[in-house]
Amino acid sequence: MQLESMYREIILDHYRHPHHVGLREPFDAQVHHVNPTCGDEVTLRVTLQDAGGEPAVADVSYEALGCSISQASASMMTDAIIGKTVSEAMDISAEFLRLMQSRGEAEPDEDVLGDAVAFEGVSKFPARIKCALLGWMAWKDATARALEEREQT
Amino acid sequence: MANTGGASIEPLDTDAIRADFPILGRAVRGGNQLVYLDSGATSQKPRVVLDAERDFYTMHNSAAHRGAHLLGEEATDSYEGARVRVADFIGADPGEIIFTKSATEALNLVAYAMSNAATAGPEAARFRVGPGDEVLVTEMEHHANLVPWQQLCLRTGATLRWFGVTVDGRLDLSNADELISEATKIVAVTHQSNVTGVIPPVGQIAALAHARGALVVVDGAQSVPHQSVDVATLGADFLAFSAHKMLGPSGIGVLWGRRELLETMPPFITGGSMIEVVRMEGSTFLPPPERFEAGVPAAAQAVGLAAACDYLDMLGMANVAAHEESLTAHALAAVGGIGGVRILGPLDTEHRGGAVSFTVEGIHPHDVGQVLDELGIAVRTGHHCAWPLHRALGAQSSTRATFYVYNTHDEVDALADGVRQAQKFFGTI
Repeated sequence: MQLESMYREIILDHYRHPHHVGLREPFDAQVHHVNPTCGDEVTLRVTLQDAGGEPAVADVSYEALGCSISQASASMMTDAIIGKTVSEAMDISAEFLRLMQSRGEAEPDEDVLGDAVAFEGVSKFPARIKCALLGWMAWKDATARALEEREQT
Repeated sequence: MANTGGASIEPLDTDAIRADFPILGRAVRGGNQLVYLDSGATSQKPRVVLDAERDFYTMHNSAAHRGAHLLGEEATDSYEGARVRVADFIGADPGEIIFTKSATEALNLVAYAMSNAATAGPEAARFRVGPGDEVLVTEMEHHANLVPWQQLCLRTGATLRWFGVTVDGRLDLSNADELISEATKIVAVTHQSNVTGVIPPVGQIAALAHARGALVVVDGAQSVPHQSVDVATLGADFLAFSAHKMLGPSGIGVLWGRRELLETMPPFITGGSMIEVVRMEGSTFLPPPERFEAGVPAAAQAVGLAAACDYLDMLGMANVAAHEESLTAHALAAVGGIGGVRILGPLDTEHRGGAVSFTVEGIHPHDVGQVLDELGIAVRTGHHCAWPLHRALGAQSSTRATFYVYNTHDEVDALADGVRQAQKFFGTI
């Protein structure tokens, strides 16, 4: 059954027990993103810190309403990027995007993506790509805003 | 459910009908046979519709209403013949049938005509709206019959008001006397909800609206394909519907309007074919329906829609409605009876068409839909372009099954089984 290739056990685990969930203070930027086709939404906050003169991801906190794919993806994203520099996190995000656009043809790097390599199966279902990217897009948007804030102050 | 006109009802021969729809024979994911329960989004097309379009392109293709040649004549005859056929399908006059690209465009046509009335001549006075005027809609509208009215209010300064819904998804008419007032210029209401299947009392609303001098626009996208609709008794001033939801091709919709209104209504989309005289300083326009049909018309699509009307009339709209009522009752019992399932909208088929939307406790609709897809069952998930209605019913989104002439009771059972499999897969039972 193809269903198991999408709903890998690790995806269902993250869905049932999402990591880093909840909205925390303090934060540098907050965004609200929706998937207009299904109404799924995520409110996401980022907190940056200085790591040797470079901005780094101190925390990502979020509240999301959505399907298993969007919830699990947001959860795995926080595992993959919290503690990384923003530049490293952007590379991880790019790798995840590449995986999701691969239609199941990519060979994802587990060292880069962590648990999120499990999304390889999801990439075979074009209708679910937006679900998987909802949290990532929100994070990129929030981070861009947070960086802008830092430059202005 | 729908008015069956008192005619005797004959059961549809679904085996024979299914043989007319080539797509229903194909295999989908996992080698499963397609169980198509998404006709509310778009219906499948019978061979006669496909053949009618192909025949037009093969033998008669040319730009209707143009061209000094035989093909031009044939294309014009085909297109105008389709207008007569569609008019007959809803009991209208051919001159009252405007072809648009969709029901959405048909509704926008009226909304834009109303703001265009501000700069049109005195004959268009009754279409003008502005500050102090009210536009009345309902909370159960598809976005296509809501957003154009919100935008009309933004453009003109009129105020948008709306009927709410009851907990079981019916239209709440308890404050109708307050909502429909002398300030009301237009009332826009669905003839059948695309989420709950609810059929609001359009005639009653229209009578109240007309008593206050308001115009009534009815969104028939989900009613015209599924029940017998006669504009002479409907009570509306305008009716919008789409070909692709009634076995016809995509790319063509219909706006019906009362002749006396169309005659003074300003145009929406302007350009070729809709003008009378064009000078550099300005232009005058043709009478309806041409005034509202700028550009080369979608003749092949019109011919396909006419063939769809023939097919539906051959089945009999009363029989179609009765068939769907039977499937809906079955689905309400079979799916609604599963633990953890909540049906959005009424639990009986009284004034209710064949859209069955539901939530499954602990499983997001997109995940329910994915499991069903794995089994070959095509449903829609999300808010179905009716976000405010979902909010009003306390649902973030839902899974929706919609039925049509080719659906069977076995398919309803397959849906119910599929929902149970989703519950098993996600471990909620």
